[in-house]
Amino acid sequence: MNAQQQLLSSARMRGWEPLVWLLAFALPLLVPGHALIVNEVAIVALFAVSLDLVLGYTGIVSLGHAAFLGLGAYASALFAKHVMPDPLVGLLFGMGCATLLGALCSLTILRGTDLTRLMVTLGMALILMELANKLDWLTGGSDGLQGVMMGPVLGRFEFDLYGQTAAWYSLTVLLILFALARRWVHSPWGATLMAVRDNPLRAMAIGIPVHKRLAVVYTVAAALAGAAGALMAQTTGFASLDVFALERSADVMLMLVIGGVGWLYGGVVGAVVFKLMHDVIAGITPQYWTFWIGLFLVVLVMVGRERLIRPWRWFGRAADEKGGAQ
Amino acid sequence: MLTILFDGIAYGMLLFILAVGLSVTMGLMNFINLAHGAFAMVGGYLTVVLMQRLEVPFLLCLPIAFAGTALLGAVLERTLYRHMYKKPHLDQVLFSIGLAFMSVASVDYLMGSQQQIMQLPDWLRGRTELWDGALGMGHYRLFIIAVCAALTVGLQYVLAKTRFGSRLRASVDDARVAAGLGIRVNLIFAATFAVGSGLAGLGGALGAEVLGLDPTFPLKFMVYFLIVVAVGGTSSITGPLWAALLLGIADVAGKYYMPKLGSFIVYSLMIAILIWRPQGLFVRKGGR
Amino acid sequence: MNAPVVLKAQGLVKQFGGITATDNVNLELRLGARHALIGPNGAGKTTLINLFTGVLTPTSGRIELLGVDISQLAPHQRVRRGLVRTFQINQLFASMTPLQTLAMVVSQQRGLGGRWWPKLGQDAAVVERCEALLELFRLTEVMHQRTEHLAYGKRRLLEMAIALACEPKVLLLDEPVAGVPAGEREELLQTVAALPAEVSVLLIEHDMDLVFEFADRITVLVNGAVLTEGTPEAIAADPQVKAVYLGHGEEVAHG
Repeated sequence: MNAQQQLLSSARMRGWEPLVWLLAFALPLLVPGHALIVNEVAIVALFAVSLDLVLGYTGIVSLGHAAFLGLGAYASALFAKHVMPDPLVGLLFGMGCATLLGALCSLTILRGTDLTRLMVTLGMALILMELANKLDWLTGGSDGLQGVMMGPVLGRFEFDLYGQTAAWYSLTVLLILFALARRWVHSPWGATLMAVRDNPLRAMAIGIPVHKRLAVVYTVAAALAGAAGALMAQTTGFASLDVFALERSADVMLMLVIGGVGWLYGGVVGAVVFKLMHDVIAGITPQYWTFWIGLFLVVLVMVGRERLIRPWRWFGRAADEKGGAQ
Repeated sequence: MLTILFDGIAYGMLLFILAVGLSVTMGLMNFINLAHGAFAMVGGYLTVVLMQRLEVPFLLCLPIAFAGTALLGAVLERTLYRHMYKKPHLDQVLFSIGLAFMSVASVDYLMGSQQQIMQLPDWLRGRTELWDGALGMGHYRLFIIAVCAALTVGLQYVLAKTRFGSRLRASVDDARVAAGLGIRVNLIFAATFAVGSGLAGLGGALGAEVLGLDPTFPLKFMVYFLIVVAVGGTSSITGPLWAALLLGIADVAGKYYMPKLGSFIVYSLMIAILIWRPQGLFVRKGGR
Repeated sequence: MNAPVVLKAQGLVKQFGGITATDNVNLELRLGARHALIGPNGAGKTTLINLFTGVLTPTSGRIELLGVDISQLAPHQRVRRGLVRTFQINQLFASMTPLQTLAMVVSQQRGLGGRWWPKLGQDAAVVERCEALLELFRLTEVMHQRTEHLAYGKRRLLEMAIALACEPKVLLLDEPVAGVPAGEREELLQTVAALPAEVSVLLIEHDMDLVFEFADRITVLVNGAVLTEGTPEAIAADPQVKAVYLGHGEEVAHG
C-alpha cells in the first residue's frame, strides 16, 4: 500500500460497520417489544459520542456535558409544547440552543488547569439545573416538563406506543450525526485536532490556532449532546431535572471509558455494554447498582483502562504492530 | 443582616475545615479527589453511631471522628490512592467518583437512607441575641466558629512554624527536589492525606446538625468543596479560607434574600471568578 | 553584499521577577544566512527563541519579521508568516505516524487545515510533498509507525521534517543534533545547509565543530546579553569568547 492509500485507509469503512448499523436498524423489527430500549441506547450512544469529541479528541475532562443534554431536552420539549410539535424542527431548535450554549462555554474552557475546567463545566450543568428547578412556571420545576406531544416525523410517521418509530427516528439521527462526525475526524481539520490533543505546544508551533480548534470542537460536541437531549424529550414525552445530574455526566464518561476513548465507536460500544451491565446488575441488586458501578470504576482505573479494551486506533488496526511494514 | 453574616461565617468556616484537606492534597499530590466528601460523611455517621448506640458525649465524639477518619484515610492512601498519583486526571476523576459511589451505596445499605438526627448537648442549644435582636448567634454556630478558628490557627502554626510544615511546603512546591533533599515525601503524602481526611471527618461531625447528614452527602457537597479549592487555590491555606468564607456568606445571603435563585448565585459567582482568574482567586505568584 | 534583514530583534529584554533572562539583545538575521547562536548553558538562547516565536512576551523591545513588526502576534500567526522553529526536546504527536503527521502539517500549511469534508490523503499534491519529505529525512521505512514507537534518532529527524513541512522562510533550530549519533549529525546539518537560499537559518548549537562548518555568522550570548558577533574566523580568534568557554572543555579555535 502506498502512502496515499495508507492515509485514506483509516477513513475507509471497515467491513463490519455497515453490518452493525443494519443490525441496529433491524432490531426494532426483530424484537419489537424492546424497541424502547433500542431507542434509549441510541440516544445515550449519541450523547456518549458527543462527549468523545471533547474527551477523546481534545483531552478535556468535562463533568458537565449533561448541561447540553438537558438544554436540548428542555428546549425542544418547550418548543413542541408552545410553538409546533414537528419533531425535526424541534430537534434543530434544541440543537441550536445547545450550540449557542456550547459556543459560550467554549470560551471558558480554554484557560486554566484541569481542575478549573472541571469546575466550570460542572458549574454550568448545576446552574442549568437550578434554573430549570426555579423557573418552575416554565419548566415544571422538580416535577419535570410533562405531556410533550409530538407530531409525526416528516409528517408521516406517527410515534407509536411500542416505540418503533421512536427507535428508528433516534437511530437515523444517530447515524447521520455519527457519519458526519466520522467524516470530520478524518479530514485535514480533524488531523489538526489530533495534533492539538497530542501536543498543543507543537500544534501552535506549526501554525494551528489551538484555542479556535478547541472552541469549535466543544461547540460541535454541545450540538450533538443537544440533539441527544432533544431526542430524549421527544421520544419519551417529558423532560426532568435529573437530565442535568452529575450521575448522567459520570455515567456517560464511564460508557466512553468502557468503549474506548478517541475512536467515536467507543461511545456506541460503551452505551450498549453499559446498558447490558445496568440491566444485569440492576436485576440482581436494584438498589445498590451505584455500588457496583463504583467498584467497577475503581477496578477499571487501577487495572488500567488500556488493558481492558483495545480500541481501534485512528489509523485502523495498528500497522506498527506489524513492525511498520509497507 | 448581621445574623446572616454570622451564619455565613459559621457556614464558611465549616466549609473550610471540610475542604482544606482537599486543597492541600490537590496541591501536594496534584490529585483530584472527588471522594473527599465521603470522608466527611464517615465522620458524621461515626459520631451519630457513637452518640446514639454507645452514648458517647458529643465533645468526645469530635476527636474520635477525627482520628477514625484519619485512620481510614491513611489506610486508603497506602493501599489505593498511592497508585493513582501518576495517572492522568481523567483516571483520578473516574477512580474517586467510583469510591464516592461505593461509599454512598454502602452507607445507604448499612444505615438507611434517612436523614440522621444529631442530638446536641443542652449547653450547645440556645441562642444569644445582641443589639435588640440585630445579631442572633446560635450557640452551636458559635461553637463551630470557635473550633474551626482554633483549628485554622493550629494549621497555620503547623505549616509555618514546625519542621513538618516546612517539609510539607517544600513538597508542595516541588516534590522531586524535596525528595532529593532527603525529605521523606511518601510519608508526608500519607500523613497529609490522613490529616486532611481526618479534618473532613471532623467537619462532617460538626456539620451534621447544620448541613444535614444522609448517604447523598458526598455528592451533594462535593461541589462546594471543589469551589473552595478551585477559587481558593491550592498553594496556601489562607486562600481556601477566604474562598470558603466568601462562599459561605454568599450562599447564606443568597438563599435568604433571593430564595428564588437559590444556588444559582453561588455557581455563577464561581464561574465568573474562574473565568477571570483561572488559577484561583488567591494564588500567590508563581504558585501552581 | 548586504542581504536584506529577515528577522530582527531590537532592544529585546525579558525579565522573570528579579532575573534578566534576555538583556537588551539586538540581533539581525539576513536572507539566506546560516547564523549560529552560541553561548554557555543558561545564556538565554532558548529564551530568545521563545521570544522570537511568541511563546514568551518580551518585557520590552520589538521583533520584526520580513520588515513587519510581529511583537503583538500570537505564535500560530507568526508561523503562518514563515517563522518556524524546532525544539531541543522532541515535540511530536505521539499517536500519529510520521506520514499522518506530515500530511497534517502540509495540509495545514497549504490552507487545507480548515477543510472538513475531504479525507486526509485525498489531495495527491499533499501526499507527494509528504513522500518527498519522508525521503529526504530517511523516514520512509517507518512512515507507518506511531511516533511513540519510533527510535530516538528517527524522532529527531521527524522533528526537523515537521519544521520543513511548514515551508519556513526563517528557520530557528534549537540544538537540532542533540542526542543524534555522531555519524548522522553532519548529514542532518548538511540537509539543513542544503536548503534553498531563500530560507534563512538561525541555529543554536553546542557542537563547535558543526558550528564552524555550518555557520557563516556567529552570535555569542552570555548571561542573556550579546557578547560579540562576527564571522567564524573572528569569533574563533576572539580572546573574550575563549575566556567564556574556558573550563567547558570546548575547543573554540577552528578554521
